Amino acid sequence: MLATALVSGLGLGSIYGLIALGFTLTFAVSGTVNFAQGSSVMLGAVICHALAVGMHWPMIAAAPAALAACAIWGLVVERVAVRPFVTRGTNSWLMATVALGIVLDNLVMVLFGKEPRALPSVLADEPWVIGKVGIFPLQILIPAVGLGLAFLVHLGMHRTGLGLKLRAAVDHPDAARLMSIDVTLLIAVTYAAAALLAGIGGILIAPLYNVAYDMGTLFGIKAFAVAILGGLTNPWGVVMAGLAYGLVEACATTWLGSSSTQIVTFTAVIAALALAPSGLFGGRTKVRV
Amino acid sequence: MPTNLTRRQALALPAGIALGSLVGRPATAAEPVKIGLVAALSGPSAKSGEGITRGLTIAIDEINARGGVLGGRMLELVRRDDESNPAKGQTAARELIDKEGAAILFGGIDSPVSLAIVPLVNAAHVPFMGVWAAATNITRNSANPNYVFRVSAVDVLVDRALVKHAMATFGAKTPGLILVNNGWGESNFAGLTAAAAAAGIKLAGAEKFDDKDVDMTPQLQRLRDAGADSLILVGNAAPGAQVVKSLQRSAWTVPVVSHWGISGGRFPELAGSWAGKVHFVQTYSFFGSQNDVGKRVLAALMAKYPDIKGPGDVTPPVGVANAYDAMQLTALALAKAGSTDGDKLREGFLAIDAYQGLIKNYTKPFTDENHDALNENDYVMVRYNGDQIEPITG
Repeated sequence: MLATALVSGLGLGSIYGLIALGFTLTFAVSGTVNFAQGSSVMLGAVICHALAVGMHWPMIAAAPAALAACAIWGLVVERVAVRPFVTRGTNSWLMATVALGIVLDNLVMVLFGKEPRALPSVLADEPWVIGKVGIFPLQILIPAVGLGLAFLVHLGMHRTGLGLKLRAAVDHPDAARLMSIDVTLLIAVTYAAAALLAGIGGILIAPLYNVAYDMGTLFGIKAFAVAILGGLTNPWGVVMAGLAYGLVEACATTWLGSSSTQIVTFTAVIAALALAPSGLFGGRTKVRV
Repeated sequence: MPTNLTRRQALALPAGIALGSLVGRPATAAEPVKIGLVAALSGPSAKSGEGITRGLTIAIDEINARGGVLGGRMLELVRRDDESNPAKGQTAARELIDKEGAAILFGGIDSPVSLAIVPLVNAAHVPFMGVWAAATNITRNSANPNYVFRVSAVDVLVDRALVKHAMATFGAKTPGLILVNNGWGESNFAGLTAAAAAAGIKLAGAEKFDDKDVDMTPQLQRLRDAGADSLILVGNAAPGAQVVKSLQRSAWTVPVVSHWGISGGRFPELAGSWAGKVHFVQTYSFFGSQNDVGKRVLAALMAKYPDIKGPGDVTPPVGVANAYDAMQLTALALAKAGSTDGDKLREGFLAIDAYQGLIKNYTKPFTDENHDALNENDYVMVRYNGDQIEPITG
């Protein structure tokens, strides 16, 4: 039972972590998040399905095209639902991002339909069997991609010129502007990257689940819980929190039964936050007076 | 020349017009009798709504071609989408009763939706005909008088048939239950537990899943470790497919016997290559030798719907067949009632003596004690072959 719980928990936990990484990126740079992150998950999966199944594109072409669309969607979210409100000094971007996500979900519902569809993958057809435990190759790929992307985000933030500018924008936005760093553009780029990460999550999970206009809602909610749990500003912390969340969820179902899953998981989230209000891996913000 | 009205006349005029339109306006022969349908016409169970619509449409076409009902009034189908949502189903039912003046409401695949509508129709004295949702307490709802009838399976009877099939076909001695976490799942948990006890076997356990669950391997692993030698599945197409995919993922080749909810959507597409392993229940199959009604209905379906080229394309057959027979029984009830009045129509259903139908020849299909026209002798076990539903032979 432990092996089954580990396989299930790590796979789903990686997806939560991947989506939550998007929250981390935008929050770190701009202090805002895209509450429509779940819609970006859906958008990646739906466009990939439309191209790969509907138009018979090879997956190697359909997936990058879908991810490009997600990145553009991220730019739209930042331009339409975040920037106008931030520049006016209000927090209405909270509601605006939620509303824009609902608009996208319903638009996709009209265009794609309400019926869930399958996105077949050779990586989710024949399981590898070890003892009593079976695993699709895709279930191994998902955590690898999740951890790999967290590593890339970390590297990008600390080892590249863009990362240096991002950190400058985070630490001293006004000073960064004086140094001719286009902070507005950087924020837009992080929104595109966040939507792209969510799109990767959507494309990876679709063959194990299905593709539907409302598939992102639950992932978005759980990913936000994971982002808070991980400390919001710490990419590694968020990915670790995603894995922990997935494992708790799977272990609760395995040992206590399915009716206890949500009770145990969200109680654990509350308990963890009560013990570590800044998240399990979040540092305390120093306020200088 | 302008007409000068006093204030009292001005107030009285529209009221008079409104009253005149409502009072003393007997139904003319040309006025259609509206047949309401509240079903899932979109979403994961959209195929069920389409099947029911087709069955009703073929029956209505036949009845109208015979001259309609009640001295020449045509039947008109008015559909509303409940999106598998009980609250939306209630709203749609109210609209069909209050605004459209439907003489009877037909229900769809979702037991929670039908259960939400039942108190409403009993209070409004408007008959309700279930043609798919199988929860036992839809018809056995303790209302007196009870306006709810059904031409469909009944969970308590289906559960006996599922246990019997699992034992006879797969030699099941300790089946495990994997059930959707809602009222329908609860209804079947009670029914399957009783059916297993009556058959003298023990259940390995019972696990639940939610419609949006992604991975059900933990639930399945619990059943596997508890010694389940077969699974009995209760759920609709999309979550049912997730159960099968989770089974495939864990490489557990256990026999699966399912209630019929999986046939209401794109189960073969969503479940993938293991879809055909699942045996499930239906009330009718268009395969094999057909009675005269079966031949006529299949021909009408093929003539009306270009995508139907043979019996395998009538999917889901249960929706089509149940709706067809239920509509024909409703026409007989209307004839007995002589009116669309809800109380009289209810009596009309109870007064039907016999009807040679598609699923079977009905004799006194409804009585004061029994509002279910079908029983366990009317069920057939089937499975998917590609997109087609075929009876299990041998």
